[in-house]
Amino acid sequence: MNLMRRRADLVCQQAVELVNDYLDGALRRSDRRRFERHLRACPNCTAYLEQIRATVAATGRITPEDLSPEARREFTDLYRAWRADRPTSGDEPSD
Amino acid sequence: MQPMVSDAELLARLRDGDEEAFVLLVERYQGSLLRLARTFVPSDSVAEEVVQDTWMGVVRGVDRFEGRSSFKTWLFRILVNRARTTGVREHRHVPFDPTEPSVSPERFDRSGSWAEPVVPWESDVDDRLVAAAWGPVLRAAVDDLPGRQRDVVLLRDVEGLPAEDVCTVLDITEGNQRVLLHRGRSKLRTVLEGERQTRGQG
Repeated sequence: MNLMRRRADLVCQQAVELVNDYLDGALRRSDRRRFERHLRACPNCTAYLEQIRATVAATGRITPEDLSPEARREFTDLYRAWRADRPTSGDEPSD
Repeated sequence: MQPMVSDAELLARLRDGDEEAFVLLVERYQGSLLRLARTFVPSDSVAEEVVQDTWMGVVRGVDRFEGRSSFKTWLFRILVNRARTTGVREHRHVPFDPTEPSVSPERFDRSGSWAEPVVPWESDVDDRLVAAAWGPVLRAAVDDLPGRQRDVVLLRDVEGLPAEDVCTVLDITEGNQRVLLHRGRSKLRTVLEGERQTRGQG
């Protein structure tokens, strides 16, 4: 399948592959224009773009599980042990 | 609700020997670390070891952390380094199938246009109740993503790191990051769409 066959107009099947780069502002200007031109004419791809946006928003609401009481104790112990024997240097990457 | 204490403040307190600050940091990031670690190692128990090791790395390295990157990025980088040392999944080389479509080809007609209209999702996705119902589905879907896509989706969309920090943490190129994010998000959308159809919401 030659997706880049036509430079002038995108078809829907091409447009859906550009959606995330579009949202990231990572499309070249010419590609962004073609994409936006397609969106203006295509309610389906506009709906698709909104679905991706909604997916990203919903993914952002996944929250980490709470810490169990045992885990909390374990980490308190770990920290105390470190503080009791605080080293002067480590091997972690600098930021 | 109490205002959330910043990572930087908790770090400062941790340096001063405040163990409550350490526990707060652990609480804040434990779930995220476990989930990310799990993408590198074969079992929950190994993931827990890697995470434990990561926190050791944090307390050992905290005096030298200067805040040039965010704490979160630094933390995830320590985790990924540890997980790689544990070394089950070779992570650096990121091949992908460039032909893998975001949407099943059956959904398009011969000209490449949608064969059937795309049904808009109403704003109910933003509704808290609906979001709560989707949470488990989405969480399972994220867990089911292929490893590298899952790492990027976790860091970008669940943790909210900027793209360049994700590249730093995972040691991948910007191009790879974009492709992996695109594939991952496209799959999650497909899962949510299926879920909506099952529930008769379109």
